[in-house]
Amino acid sequence: MTSSTPTTDVVAELRPGAISRTTLALFAGASGDHNPIHIDIDSAKASGMEDVFAHGMLSMAYLGRLLTDWIPQSRIRELSTRFTAITPVHAEPVLTAAIREIVTVDGEQRAHLDLNVVLADGTRTLTGTAVVAWSDPGELANATLVP
Amino acid sequence: MSLDHAILDVTVPPIVTDVERGRIRQFAIAIGEENPIYRDRDAAVAAGHPDVLAPPTFLFGLELENSNVFADLAAHGVDLGNVLHGEQQFRYFADVHAGDRVTFESAYVDAYSKASGALDFLVRRSTVTRDGTVVAELESVSVIKNPGGKK
Repeated sequence: MTSSTPTTDVVAELRPGAISRTTLALFAGASGDHNPIHIDIDSAKASGMEDVFAHGMLSMAYLGRLLTDWIPQSRIRELSTRFTAITPVHAEPVLTAAIREIVTVDGEQRAHLDLNVVLADGTRTLTGTAVVAWSDPGELANATLVP
Repeated sequence: MSLDHAILDVTVPPIVTDVERGRIRQFAIAIGEENPIYRDRDAAVAAGHPDVLAPPTFLFGLELENSNVFADLAAHGVDLGNVLHGEQQFRYFADVHAGDRVTFESAYVDAYSKASGALDFLVRRSTVTRDGTVVAELESVSVIKNPGGKK
């Protein structure tokens, strides 16, 4: 790292809407995450839950969408999350990305992002970070703080 | 029963699997991703890709459904109803597209307990290659609830 520019701007937000049981079923099949606790209420109840709840990886997939809606996917270097609370079925997550700092690594400018997913009742279900290339190496001479 | 840390000695066989176009499209539909580079080959090619692009977290489930993770946990004392996904990390080195054949080489690399044994943590790390070149690295932390504490 040779430089660092601290900032806290929210640069992207995504509201995918209420998570339906249909979404959970489609995501289970499409993603390959077949844990029945997310799609079978009998299984959820057998584990002490009142109802099914969303895959943590569904929220993380939405985070991926948040990033790729904003920048080309090839610029994502890292994506990391901690799952901090369960997302109940019907919840409406709001995802945000904020820039923590801009650094230069191996000649590449990179933005370090803070990621959050919060439900309507204020529950934070996920915190995360991402590292994205802030501009192509060939553009470094003209790099600015706007992608 | 809590997690038997002997799971760290499990040798995980490599997983070789094909990245399928229709599967990526279904994944995109499930998460509401409408960018056609994830849904339509022609649109992806027009955008400079060889085929539809696998979204950032696609590789996780591709490994999970082809792996023995749940069986490994069950064989080491874990009730799958007590397993939560605690953390997940991806590092990316190249895009993955439909038509790619990828190899996952994985290992359970750490296991530890917290809260006087009420929670066990298991770390699994995977390296994903295509034609011998690393395209991504994944790391998962599973959290296993032990309502009765360590036995």
